[in-house]
Amino acid sequence: MLEIIDIYKTFNKGTVNEKVALNGVSLKLNDGDFCTVIGGNGAGKSTMLNAVAGVWPVDSGAILIDGENVSALPEHKRAPYLGRVFQDPRMGTVADMEIIENLAIAARRGDRRGLSWGVKKSEREAYREMLARFDLGLEDRMSTKVGLLSGGQRQAITLLMATIKKPKVLLLDEHTAALDPKTAVKVLELSDEIIEENHLTALMVTHNMKDAITHGNRLIMMSDGKIILDISGEDKKALTVDGLLKKFEEASGSKLENDRMLLAD
Amino acid sequence: MMSGILSYFSSLNPLTFLSQLPGNIAQGIIWGLMGLGVFITYKLLDFADLSVDGSFATGGAVTAVLIIAGVPVWAAVLIAMLAGIIAGLVTGFLHTVLGIPGILAGILTQIALYSINLNIMGKANVPVSYRNYDLLLSASNINMAIIIGLVLVAVVIILMYWYFGTEQGSAIRSTGSNPSMSKAQGINISTMKVIALALSNGLVALSGSLFAQYQGFADINMGRGAIVIGLAAVVIGTVIGEGIFKKGMNFILRLFFVVVGAVLYYIAMGLVLWLKMPTDDTKLFTAVVVAVFLAVPYLQDKSKTSFKKVAKRSAKLLTWNDGEGDENA
Repeated sequence: MLEIIDIYKTFNKGTVNEKVALNGVSLKLNDGDFCTVIGGNGAGKSTMLNAVAGVWPVDSGAILIDGENVSALPEHKRAPYLGRVFQDPRMGTVADMEIIENLAIAARRGDRRGLSWGVKKSEREAYREMLARFDLGLEDRMSTKVGLLSGGQRQAITLLMATIKKPKVLLLDEHTAALDPKTAVKVLELSDEIIEENHLTALMVTHNMKDAITHGNRLIMMSDGKIILDISGEDKKALTVDGLLKKFEEASGSKLENDRMLLAD
Repeated sequence: MMSGILSYFSSLNPLTFLSQLPGNIAQGIIWGLMGLGVFITYKLLDFADLSVDGSFATGGAVTAVLIIAGVPVWAAVLIAMLAGIIAGLVTGFLHTVLGIPGILAGILTQIALYSINLNIMGKANVPVSYRNYDLLLSASNINMAIIIGLVLVAVVIILMYWYFGTEQGSAIRSTGSNPSMSKAQGINISTMKVIALALSNGLVALSGSLFAQYQGFADINMGRGAIVIGLAAVVIGTVIGEGIFKKGMNFILRLFFVVVGAVLYYIAMGLVLWLKMPTDDTKLFTAVVVAVFLAVPYLQDKSKTSFKKVAKRSAKLLTWNDGEGDENA
């Protein structure tokens, strides 16, 4: 479903701030794979997701979605294939538009935006049902401006927006990192449900090793812009935090440098 | 001294002010259309577009020249709008394709339009009097001008209300509010910016076209400072509208109050001129008004949570605790 072939990306090339962010990353996700991504600070996790999303062009390599080469497509033209949820809950929604308007914008991802109504009457009922499932009381506040909601509520809406039109690949970029622990658990549960129900292919970056182990059917670990571990199937199910740390040290020859990650559990 | 003040006040005739009021209102309504154009860029797109100083005069220039050439007035107005739309497209091109920052892109278009407007008119001032030509409106019949202005305002507000409720209009609003989300939802934000700039400048040119007819001439300097008057309309209207309707301020009211803001601005302007403020100082007055109305919401917000208040409260708390401590001792 998603195929990343040997991609490289260097930021600020030729300056003192030069940073090799992706150093030959290759990854193939099969249809329905739910892959978690962990790694130290600056390992290239978010950079890899941004490369897939087309935030900027990669230096070399190719990205294929469902067999189609999307490497040359700018961000908004790649959007039809992708659902994205960001770390900052404010980033995925428009604060001064209503909940229902936000959902309607997402429901038209990849469509030509013409002169028919931005929100049709018939959509309202469908959105109400979708929101009711979240059990956050949002279905009765559909005309509320999103800016008035909490971070968790906004993230739940972003998650719904990312999947309201089934994406080929769902990209979750530390989407629970900015939430309080209780809300984070709730949003993660929602993510699991939605991914399973719609049989989505997903990449989820997290700094929480436990979450990385308990969610998804596959786990990759990144270091210095490369994938250094790729665990799936029964190995993934048997994984523990200690085992994972040991594997990391073996694979990278160094201790894991991610203060947030070690504190996370 | 005293007699000077007395003679100043006795020289002011309230009837003069009242007799000028309809004219102020008519001008305010015409400039309200310009305010609605500024509303699109400044409020919805979050883009301070300075091209409007140029495109307002372009609207007037094109209208005057075409009417004199024998083009029917309605066609002249439409072509003037088209010229404004093209000016907006140029600003959009400079910004989205060439990567020039928004404010600079607007300034470049504005300064270029100065020459273009001179070329259109062939001179700095082109009279187009209601005595010689059929005009849509004119200061010679102020009541009629107000009615026609109101009809046009109503049509524009209804069209804007509809358009910004459509898929495309929503995409423009989300582009202004959250560009990264918009891109992630497949919206081409460059296209949306260009469309919004074109529509905005089209409205501004319409306003310039009507204003040239109203005053009976197009002038190369008629757009000077237009952006500030447009901003005045938007910020005065917003502050007053929100003051009256609080949270009930919906989109159509926001549009309506832009026009209200423009009318109030012109009434205030009529008032200060009636008070015999030198005309040289009117731009200064405008700047002060806009600054005040921009500052009001900010200062109100700040007054709710300010360090000064915390300082007072915390000082109180500390002295109170000290007193309590002494009692215990």
